[in-house]
Amino acid sequence: MAETNIVLNNPEQAGGTREQELILSVQRGQSELFYELVRPYEKRVYAAALAILRNEQDAEDVAQEATLKAFANIRQFRAEARFSTWLIQITVNEALMRRRRGRTVIMEGIDDHRPGQGDSDSNYTPRDFADWREIPSEALERKEVRQRLAQALATLDRKYREVFMLRDMEHLNIQETAEALGISVASVKTRLLRARLMLRDLLAAGWEQGWFSRLPFEKGNKPW
Amino acid sequence: MVMNCEQIWREISNYIEGDVDAALRVAMDEHFHGCKKCASVLAGTQNVVKLYGDERMLEVPAGFSRRLEKRLAQNATKKASRWSSWEAWLVPVAAMALLVGGLKITNRYAFHGPPKSILAPPANDIPPELQVVVSNGSKVFHVPGCAFIHDKNSERTMTAKEAMQDGYVPCPRCLRQYLKISLNGHAGEMVADDDEEKEEGLELGSVTP
Repeated sequence: MAETNIVLNNPEQAGGTREQELILSVQRGQSELFYELVRPYEKRVYAAALAILRNEQDAEDVAQEATLKAFANIRQFRAEARFSTWLIQITVNEALMRRRRGRTVIMEGIDDHRPGQGDSDSNYTPRDFADWREIPSEALERKEVRQRLAQALATLDRKYREVFMLRDMEHLNIQETAEALGISVASVKTRLLRARLMLRDLLAAGWEQGWFSRLPFEKGNKPW
Repeated sequence: MVMNCEQIWREISNYIEGDVDAALRVAMDEHFHGCKKCASVLAGTQNVVKLYGDERMLEVPAGFSRRLEKRLAQNATKKASRWSSWEAWLVPVAAMALLVGGLKITNRYAFHGPPKSILAPPANDIPPELQVVVSNGSKVFHVPGCAFIHDKNSERTMTAKEAMQDGYVPCPRCLRQYLKISLNGHAGEMVADDDEEKEEGLELGSVTP
């Protein structure tokens, strides 16, 4: 059996000690515990695959393949990184490989072919400056709101969507996002800025269209 | 440090990340305090980060968890069955190999016996019941009447099987048709060149039974 090397001084690791115990157990051969180990992250695995492939069937397939690959390589896992980050990075690699092999049809966002979308164009100008008010997180209980947000994200160019997804939804840090996508830290920062500002404008427009019309905002106030 | 709105927008993402130095942060805070537009951009961007960063935004298709768990279980079973299959095959294959090897060894010594000469060519095709003769002082068996029999007065008749069990080797001359000798082979050349030396050559390579 490969020598295990679990560092037990990472209190930020989700699940903490229990997760570390699970990792050690699986590394020592208790494969039946592997699903318990990945279960807290299965949504993130699927979401990462979906952000890259934009096809639910392919995303599920890749999520399964990535999870199996993580299991096959669990003995190589070294806890210098978080387990969740390691798992997401495997998923991103798997999804990128799938996309490169051309086994999936990528439907790009409407922004893909708009002028001025290059990395160097970081001077994005916000379009909406209305008074803002925070959207309560309870809004996410409504499926319609979640769908609207997902639709807005789907309209972004792939390079912005992937960075935003990994940083703001998968919670990889800037460096990890850069490594996962094979791009520079500077590119991650530029793309992240644009993605956030574009989404802000899209959601502001959504407010105008009544996406959040049933939310308990004060009359006349926008959430931005 | 005084910043205009465009400069603020370029740094707003880094500001949210906490990736600006103290002086820049102070300058941006002052700007947000006095600029409604930029305060709106900041608040809206923070709202985006907060909403999309919520766990509820990560949805999976119905049955996803069940299918993933099943796939993992199938993988584990497959792996296990591969091992059990390997183990299941290993035992009989090893047993078969031992059996075949044992039979071959047994058969070799039962039928051929340890050869008296290491130069003896293979003679597996000699009919076991063929009547052959051996004689004293020789480790070769012959067809009766062979001109190369040593000490004809001591001839003894037996079957080829018996002769080989006793370690005698076939005469490359009179039993050539049964021997696997290439045209350039050692025994064949010896026979062709000098039958007597051939017999001696066989004897030279003889081993003590």
